Amino acid sequence: MTTATVSPAGPGSTEPVSARRRRGALATLLGRQPLGIAFAAPYAVFLAAVFAYPLGLAVWISFHDYFFAAPGATVARPFVGLKNYTAALSDPAVRRSFVNVGIFLVINVPLTVGFSLLLATGLNAAIRGRTFLRISYYVPYITASVAVVAVWLFLFSSNGLVNQVLGPLAPNPSWLVNSTLAMPLIAFFVTWKQLGFFILLYLAALQGVPKELYESASMDGAGKWQSLRNVTIPGVRPATTLVVILSIITGANLFTEPYLLTNGGGPDGASTSPVLVMYQRGIEQGNPDIAAAIGVLLVIGVLVISFINKRLLERD
Amino acid sequence: MAQAVSTSPAVDTEPRPVEHHRQERSWPRLVMLILGAVVFLFPFYYMLISSVQAKSDTSLKGVFPTGGFTLSNYTAIDKRVDLVRSLINSGIFTGGVILCTVVFGVLAGYALARLHFRGGGTLFATMLLVQVVPFQLLIIPLYVMIVRSYGLSDSYLGMILPFAINSTAVFIFRQFFLQLPEDLFAAARIDGAGELRILWSIALPLVRPAVLTAVLLTFIGPWNEFLWPFLITKDTSLQPLAVSLANYISNVAARAANPYGAALAGACVLAAPAVALFVVFQKHFRASDIGSGVKG
Repeated sequence: MTTATVSPAGPGSTEPVSARRRRGALATLLGRQPLGIAFAAPYAVFLAAVFAYPLGLAVWISFHDYFFAAPGATVARPFVGLKNYTAALSDPAVRRSFVNVGIFLVINVPLTVGFSLLLATGLNAAIRGRTFLRISYYVPYITASVAVVAVWLFLFSSNGLVNQVLGPLAPNPSWLVNSTLAMPLIAFFVTWKQLGFFILLYLAALQGVPKELYESASMDGAGKWQSLRNVTIPGVRPATTLVVILSIITGANLFTEPYLLTNGGGPDGASTSPVLVMYQRGIEQGNPDIAAAIGVLLVIGVLVISFINKRLLERD
Repeated sequence: MAQAVSTSPAVDTEPRPVEHHRQERSWPRLVMLILGAVVFLFPFYYMLISSVQAKSDTSLKGVFPTGGFTLSNYTAIDKRVDLVRSLINSGIFTGGVILCTVVFGVLAGYALARLHFRGGGTLFATMLLVQVVPFQLLIIPLYVMIVRSYGLSDSYLGMILPFAINSTAVFIFRQFFLQLPEDLFAAARIDGAGELRILWSIALPLVRPAVLTAVLLTFIGPWNEFLWPFLITKDTSLQPLAVSLANYISNVAARAANPYGAALAGACVLAAPAVALFVVFQKHFRASDIGSGVKG
């Protein structure tokens, strides 16, 4: 213990206190370029105000009996422990929405990873029309959900184009009002919409895979599939981790699609999402405390799944 | 997320193709790529074509209409939703976010990349963390704060505030500033230039492509955002197009004469600016710019 506290001020302490040392002290306090604090301050304040504070407030609300009151009014908001959490978890609609996210992720994540990697690999070759293809892949990503939902509603309505093409094979009840198909359809919609962004991520990652690895693989007689399996997939593993985590976050954020595409999570709650239930309980029905508890559970879920996934994908 | 930090983006270089298949022309690959393009583009084609048809024809023949083109759906949607007003609202919302992101984001990105100051590490870590916490989760506390405590419902400020500085854009700025050679800054400092001057007249002109990329990336968020403006605007004259169109779809569409036609016309108006912007500036929205982090 005592040996660890060797005084650093051995010879230095005999020096007169100079301006340099004072500046040194200031530098330890504020950093070498304290102007950086001023530059970064607006962003730091922003993060504190719309991220850190609301996050804390969400947790606080979830442990209290919280309701909306007129601005300025002081009302008692007693601590209620886990009451909001038990209320949320015993609500069948909440449980259904979490199951729905599960269904969503089981469909969306593998499709997203598979198709974006496949299309990115294809696009990574020297082919004509690459720019056109690249743009056409990310057009859905940059377009508002509300706009593309409108056309999907039209395509998948009961006598829409999809059912017309399928003819006698069309599902009955139709896609959006079918309790088994509604959630998978949302998962397909989101996969389609987000894929372009993930293709861009994979394209960036593919540039980091050394070309020599492909050369030596083909020298060893590896075919296309083998070099995809043994060179590409391990080479883009960090990107895969990121793609999976971002897909999970997208799934946890789901709101516009069930709200508009299946008209409020229908039929009968078969396609609700946790955020939709948060909106209904918290803002429509005035129970922000229960809604906050749902939100906290959701974030814990996202963090746990992301962590497990990171561990699984990065293990060698 | 940790990998996202390791590499810096290459400015304006088209991703170099991997040349291992270069000799053979691969038909399966070409078929796959074109099939992909059709799957991505068809709904947009169908959206446009159906928006200019008087009556919606959902049969296969309706995919390639030969006549009956009309703009009546556009006038129909404009009667229910004030398109110009809504577009202006979308523009103010998006413009406000882009302005704040560029001004404060560049400052923060520069500080994070080039200046040593207390709290820099914490700020950087927080910036990365922000990107993994779902925004939607914060709607309840943000609603409580912005609508109930500050009384900012039905205002542009309330709409802009939660999105004001896009963290991904800050990250991009930082990456680009980090790439510039240190000598440049050392020389300018010896010449007695202040940091603000270095940033404005030396660093910023060099990272202009990054600013464009960040603006494009930031644009997508507020222009397409539905939930937040939907929550805080009851006044229809303040609603961005995404919100007023969604309200039309969920409330009015079912009772309209050509319900889908008008909704699709609105969808075209909402989609057009974003698509046009990204086609014109596609050079600045590339793998190397966006996915800066993942090569790692």
